[in-house]
Amino acid sequence: MNFLVVDHVSHTYFTEKAAVTALENVSLEIEKGEFVSFLGPSGCGKTTLLSIIAALIQPTKGSVILEGEKVHSIHPSVGYMLQQDYLFPWKTIEENILLGLTIMGMNSNEAKQRALDLLSRIGLKGVETYYPNQLSGGMRQRAALVRTLATDPKILLLDEPFSALDYQTKLKLEELVWKTLKEYKKTALLVTHDIGEAIAMSDRIFLFSAKPGRLVRTFIVPKELRNLSPFHSRNHTTFSELFQFIWKELDSLEANE
Amino acid sequence: MKQTNNQIQVLHEQYVIRLKQEKRWVRFFQLLIFVAFFSLWEIASRNHWIDPLLFSSPSTIWKLFVQKIADGSLVSHTGITLGETIIGFMLATFAGTFFAALLWWFPRLSKIVDPYLVILNAMPKVALGPIFIVALGPGFTSIIAMGTIISLIITTIVVYTSFKEVDPNYIKVLKTFGASRFQCFKEAVLPSSFPTIISTLKVNVGLSWVGVVVGEFLVSKQGLGYMIIYGFQVFNFTLVLLSLLVIAFLATIMYQIVGWIERKLIKNR
Ligand SMILES: Nc1ncnc2c1ncn2[C@@H]1O[C@H](COP(=O)(O)OP(=O)(O)O)[C@@H](O)[C@H]1O
Ligand SMILES: [Mg+2]
Repeated sequence: MNFLVVDHVSHTYFTEKAAVTALENVSLEIEKGEFVSFLGPSGCGKTTLLSIIAALIQPTKGSVILEGEKVHSIHPSVGYMLQQDYLFPWKTIEENILLGLTIMGMNSNEAKQRALDLLSRIGLKGVETYYPNQLSGGMRQRAALVRTLATDPKILLLDEPFSALDYQTKLKLEELVWKTLKEYKKTALLVTHDIGEAIAMSDRIFLFSAKPGRLVRTFIVPKELRNLSPFHSRNHTTFSELFQFIWKELDSLEANE
Repeated sequence: MKQTNNQIQVLHEQYVIRLKQEKRWVRFFQLLIFVAFFSLWEIASRNHWIDPLLFSSPSTIWKLFVQKIADGSLVSHTGITLGETIIGFMLATFAGTFFAALLWWFPRLSKIVDPYLVILNAMPKVALGPIFIVALGPGFTSIIAMGTIISLIITTIVVYTSFKEVDPNYIKVLKTFGASRFQCFKEAVLPSSFPTIISTLKVNVGLSWVGVVVGEFLVSKQGLGYMIIYGFQVFNFTLVLLSLLVIAFLATIMYQIVGWIERKLIKNR
């Protein structure tokens, strides 16, 4: 049985001026423990699809099925990480990473301790009493990851989590996030418009086209890359082959428009 | 290397000295204006360049001040006005924030009452004074109502606007954890609006003084506003000016206290 099924999902936004179809008839399946990427130009409905999977919005048509059950309302098994860290500036790092636990009423000492342990595992020991503006962009995004993982979700939705970072920080964080998620055996769904990032991090890549957002192709990342960490994956010969291949595919998509 | 370090240190010291000098000059001129103003007033009054009956003089005001302190009347009038102002200003801030929260909670309500808020805000609130006195009686309650109403509407509007402008992504973060509407309000909407609430406090301090003093004009029983109107009626302008100076002094102190609270509360942003 599939872990997550997106079944014929369409979504249209209604505004006073127009009805914008952000997604059209998207169907896909994700296995437990898989790391997949949604790749596509901006405006192709990637964020919309994540919001639908997280049940933040209801699709106009179709449904999302998680572990055999239709998703109706916000589900504790789903963790969502936004494009920017959105740490609350008036809370300390500790208060920030415990936010999800507090909201869900799961703030047992055990859970708190696990979150704090995770914080130090991820290289942020000793910043618990700091405020977010005292941390660098990369550190903040790591704290945001801890906040998302603290509630122990089964699937992680990552919406362009590295796009606001400088290149070097981004590479380091890709590495860290990949290793952390593999270690905790999390299923993950990464949204990106960076081909390299998609190849380096994921097992499968879903390619979307814009206006309206459609799933056009699925690429399976070769085995030899899948088991390598993002950094090593980028140095592998297969990497650039796949990169070229996807690049051409994206190019022809744009040409067809 | 060491030499350049020394040089930089010397330059830095010079820079700090210049900053200090600048500060001293500013202080000096501020003091100069103060002293010049009161001296000129005193001299002008003594030499009858201005009518001492109308404009009094610092020394006469001082004598009256000492006398009024001694008989206890200044302290009691000041205490009453200060109390009314603080209550009015707190009521306006809390009630305004509460109304803003209601509007945020019920978006349809906010759409419905929007034009009425605009009308109420545009209206000169002190004109409501006589109505308060008729409705609430000529006393304490009416005066506090004046001190409150004068800043209540604007507080509601400003705080509500800031509630609405909270970055929706903070709310999205909370919602992904399944937060209720109340949790969203408590964790994101309210705290991110604190700076706005504090800055309305600053405006409200000034406004509440206006409301309370006008209220005391109308009720005319006690307080600094009463002292002004009484002094005016018996042609004792020394009393009027004394009351004015006390109000200016207290309003400044309250403003400073709010400024201090502001620095304490929002140091992390
Ligand atoms: N709240 C909204 N109201 C109206 N249109 C929206 C809204 N959110 C997104 N859209 C539109 O839907 C399309 C897809 O948006 P989005 O899912 O954010 O794409 P992506 O994340 O791939 O950049 C865009 O054309 C965008 O303008
Ligand atoms: Mg997006």
